[in-house]
Amino acid sequence: MSNENFQPVIIAFCCQYCSYSAADLAGSMRLQYPPNVRIVRTPCTGRLEVNFFMKAFENGADGILVAGCLEGGCHFTEGNFLAKGRVGYTQTILYESGLEFERIRMINISAAMARPFVDQINDMIETVKKLGPNPLSGKVQTVKEEIVV
Amino acid sequence: MIVAQRKSIPEITEMLDGHKKILVLGCGTCVTVCLAGGEREVGIISSALRISSNLKNMEFEVEELTIERQCDNIFIEKAADAISRNDVVLSLGCGAGVQAMAERFDKPVYAGLDTEFIGILEERATWTEKCISCGKCVLHMYGGICPVTRCAKHMLNGPCSGSKEDRCEVRPDRPCAWQLIYSRLKTIGELDKLKEIKAPKNWSYGIHGGSRIIIREDHRV
Repeated sequence: MSNENFQPVIIAFCCQYCSYSAADLAGSMRLQYPPNVRIVRTPCTGRLEVNFFMKAFENGADGILVAGCLEGGCHFTEGNFLAKGRVGYTQTILYESGLEFERIRMINISAAMARPFVDQINDMIETVKKLGPNPLSGKVQTVKEEIVV
Repeated sequence: MIVAQRKSIPEITEMLDGHKKILVLGCGTCVTVCLAGGEREVGIISSALRISSNLKNMEFEVEELTIERQCDNIFIEKAADAISRNDVVLSLGCGAGVQAMAERFDKPVYAGLDTEFIGILEERATWTEKCISCGKCVLHMYGGICPVTRCAKHMLNGPCSGSKEDRCEVRPDRPCAWQLIYSRLKTIGELDKLKEIKAPKNWSYGIHGGSRIIIREDHRV
């Protein structure tokens, strides 16, 4: 697939206290952005684990956007800082694994920042379009998991 | 607890090159607490291996399993079925766990972690070394601060006079153990313990005397 026709799938993990509301506001304001983004509402970006991001990439996501509150504005005090660290760690793992670390990014958005939210989404889509499709899309077999208690 | 760190993904993939079915085996004890080899890390490393193998056409089939403890026979048994299904085990246990697994199964067992030291969680996500298991504990003489472990020169009759602003001259990012010992003994009123000159340490109780074994006859049947 040529990069010009490529429409990336971006998973946006949005904190319900800020960026999810910003996305809602963007809708109310009739702001247009490409339909490449799949928004997943989270109670706080601090809930997100490195595992979530890795599984999303394994299952073919082309990019991941983690949208948390502005620094210092987290409802749970430090959830967005935890997410920042985990996104950084995921970038390290992706780099070591051979996948471009630019495919995941963290942004900080308040509930009133509908326009910046749309701009950030557009910027992320542009970045991922330049990188091309996730080479793993449809290649990884079903994950087997077993936990012995 | 035992503190470990994961090896890099290229190191692990190089180790596993040539194998197909891989069991990534986590351990639910020390290495879970130090965020290196628990259930969560098993998931992360397995995902990374799948991604890496797909990009390099290595065709890994990765299975994930975490058992309570890799250094204990009772728990090791629970991994037997999964191990029989796979060609190789990537153990995310400490060095003891890897060896315990390797001794019991006729499959290659590789270490996914570098075992670092016996230490504690000093503050959030920061672990520090506290014991080198020298085999003859001297903590009672130094106010509970181990000069053998925490002094870079292992001095029993310190300080070395090289510390700068309470920091070790060998590792400036670490505090001078002898400064800590002096302050601690002063606080608990036992400074007189420092007047006694300690004899050189007998290192044969430690690993320098060969690998150690402890047998408790009173518990044997």
